Amino acid sequence: MKNSLTIVVLVVLSLFVVGCGGQAPKTAQTPQAGLPTEVLQIAQARGLTHDDITAALKTYVPSGKYDEYILFASGGHSGQVLVIGIPSMRLLKVIGVFTPEPWQGYGYGEKETMEVLAGGAANGKPILWGDTHHPALSETNGEYDGQFLFINDKANARLAVIDLRDFETKQILKNPNAISDHGGGFVTPNTEYVVEGPQYAVPLGWQYASLDEYREKYRGVITFWAFDRAQGRVDPARSFQIELPPYWQDLCDAGKKVSEGWVFCNSFNSEMATGGIEEGKPPFEAGTAKNEMDFLHIINWKKAEELLQNGQYETISGMRVIRLETAAQSGVLFFAPEPKSPHGVDVTPGGEYIVVGGKLDPHVTVYSFEKIQKAIAAGPTERDAYGVPILRLEDVVEAQVELGLGPLHTVYDDKGFAYTSMFLDSAVAKWTLGGPYRTDGKEPWKLVEKLPVHYNIGHIAAAEGDTVSPDGKYVVALNKWSVDRFVPVGPLHPQNFQLIDISGEKMQLLYDMPIGIGEPHYAQMIKVDKLKPFEVYPEVGWNAVKMAKDPNATEPGRERVEVRYENGRRVVEIWMTAVRSHFYPERITVKKGDHVIWHITNIERARDASHAFALGGYNIHMSLEPGETGTVEFDADQSGTFVFYCTEFCSALHLEMVGYFLVEP
Amino acid sequence: MSERLRAWLAEDPFRFPRALFTIASWLVLLSVLFPYWSLTLMAPQYPGGLRVAVYVTHLSGDVTEVDNLNHYVGMKKLNQAAQVEKFLAPLAIGAAALLASTLAYTRRRWAAVLALPAMLFPAIFLGDMYFWLYRYGHELDPNAPLRIPPFTPPVFGVGTVGQFKTVAELQAGFWLAVAAALLVALGLHYRRVIRQAIEQKIPIRIGPIVISLEAQRDAD
Repeated sequence: MKNSLTIVVLVVLSLFVVGCGGQAPKTAQTPQAGLPTEVLQIAQARGLTHDDITAALKTYVPSGKYDEYILFASGGHSGQVLVIGIPSMRLLKVIGVFTPEPWQGYGYGEKETMEVLAGGAANGKPILWGDTHHPALSETNGEYDGQFLFINDKANARLAVIDLRDFETKQILKNPNAISDHGGGFVTPNTEYVVEGPQYAVPLGWQYASLDEYREKYRGVITFWAFDRAQGRVDPARSFQIELPPYWQDLCDAGKKVSEGWVFCNSFNSEMATGGIEEGKPPFEAGTAKNEMDFLHIINWKKAEELLQNGQYETISGMRVIRLETAAQSGVLFFAPEPKSPHGVDVTPGGEYIVVGGKLDPHVTVYSFEKIQKAIAAGPTERDAYGVPILRLEDVVEAQVELGLGPLHTVYDDKGFAYTSMFLDSAVAKWTLGGPYRTDGKEPWKLVEKLPVHYNIGHIAAAEGDTVSPDGKYVVALNKWSVDRFVPVGPLHPQNFQLIDISGEKMQLLYDMPIGIGEPHYAQMIKVDKLKPFEVYPEVGWNAVKMAKDPNATEPGRERVEVRYENGRRVVEIWMTAVRSHFYPERITVKKGDHVIWHITNIERARDASHAFALGGYNIHMSLEPGETGTVEFDADQSGTFVFYCTEFCSALHLEMVGYFLVEP
Repeated sequence: MSERLRAWLAEDPFRFPRALFTIASWLVLLSVLFPYWSLTLMAPQYPGGLRVAVYVTHLSGDVTEVDNLNHYVGMKKLNQAAQVEKFLAPLAIGAAALLASTLAYTRRRWAAVLALPAMLFPAIFLGDMYFWLYRYGHELDPNAPLRIPPFTPPVFGVGTVGQFKTVAELQAGFWLAVAAALLVALGLHYRRVIRQAIEQKIPIRIGPIVISLEAQRDAD
């Protein structure tokens, strides 16, 4: 029995301390001798300590030199993905995903990008933002392969596919049976599936049901989106879902190596609380924390594939769903108790252990996959209300490691250490793994060091830290609060990414990077040499969404304007080229009410010779990278004299890269 | 080795010029595969520079980008230049090689004219190159965005156009053709030396190798 009161008091206390703007401990270090006088003078003038100087040297990347890693970070509420260089922490790109992005011409009239965004509509309702949570790089044999990136939108239960040849979003999928998600995206070791775990339970298939029917009708549902690597798209027809009890599943992770074929998710509302603070009932925050134990979900997806082949599924909202009863009775779904309301669930590099962060419990609980298999083989004796077999905690637990307050997520290095984010402690805890990871004689399953971070760390990302072969070197703490870390910019504070050097015996904090566009959740860090992006599109006339030659690509000399009638309506179709420093043609005249289809091909082959196309007054903007063909389609519903121009400063005669769009009344 | 070479040449001293003509014809054929001339343009926004390589049959490299830049001063597109020459070059080179190898099989005096195409080819290439550079630098579109005084880009060496430093260089293909021309000339020279020595009945000198009259007779 845990002393819940103590924990609550500590939670309140630590929130109080953070809320009151607790000062970071000042180090008394001064710059050491041995450095050039000039360096010492600068350090002195700027008040830099010895650690500050080493941190600066470890992170500085001179002009023209490249970073060693790229961090793909969720852009949080911005609905975007941030691309950040490590160790410099320079922002390299913001990829528009769930939200229109004007610079990239993503969702401002360009037909293909409009269709990508439309793929994310919920029951026909356009949704133009996202609460992006967990980016997932595609993997081959459990290693990042640098080909694709997936990310989920918690608010609307959606998943996006980004092609890393051009760092652009190619597909958005709306989950047909979930209203929110959290445990995604996570990939299976060969990206057979992108897993999208659920969050808040609702009746399957967009149905209404009273909260009084919560136990009977509300359900969780985990989605296995089948990824077609050759097409670069998720194939919904080959995808499937498994119905789960309404326990509010949280994070998930795929098993790898010895545990390949399995997925693990935790949950935090096995109480099946339904809230009702306004009626004097326990609010969710208390109701979901009543039980001492919630359930780690242990899912055999290879077994689920067998059930699908045997036709043991139902189709709900067009999706194949393995029903809860089938999953519980057929060896697809098992539970193991986990300390109340846990958070992260992170599989060790070799797949032997599953580490669950306690959140409200000061331990991480380490489950052994081998023990889980033995317990399953022995035959579980207990089942939950839905018939799901429950393994006994003592049969499957390998270790419980006391780390401190608020352990959430865990990543790994190459030397047998785990790094867990400690939300309430505002710290990163470094601790020793046991079993095959312990070859240095250190005591296994033991806290080694805690490094304060600023403040309220959520996720943590390490260099290739959730693959089968982590690199060590760097950890990034994704802090929810920055409080006093940056120059005040109003009450909405930036988030704070902190880079930590983990290559030495002791962790060293290197750099603070403010994030001012949303609250990122997770991030993944990949070695740059695994990425092979295009410098320019491979041929002139490239359709950047289809990743193939566009049938409406235009060559110089073939530019034209055609007028035709469709259903009695005038349609004006334009095939235009763009090159420094002109559009061809430069004058387009239509009549009010015409339907306009406007294809533009950037015929440039030089790196960075992007053009863009803005049509003022019509909410149209697209970006055309070298070789790219883009299409806008709209009704010329207002007459007048309009101007289109290149918005990408392309050349000395960029201002002259302009044309008139005349709409006759 | 040199003794065996001497014995081989003593059998038939004309083997030496014949070998030179044969090698020369292969070299000139080989030159088609290599660029003859290149132009490198250096500017701050093009790290590594832009490079156009001129083969006798085609252009390669950053032709599109150089055309893009050239249009600002009204220069014609590079691929429109020397279309006849590019079409004829493989024929001309084939003919030169064929003629040079024919030389290997005739000892007639007048046959020396067969050497001319192979010997003159590098010079003709340079002359034609200059002609096109002159035309491109002088026939600028008067309606171009930027007007610059007519100029002739250098055939070799360093120049400046706008923010670009240009470096024009002769390349491997050209040097192969030059080597072929030299070998043909050398072949003609030795053909004459050998013929005269035989006529005057004196020992034949091919570099350090001396073939005595006796050796010639023995060989006969």
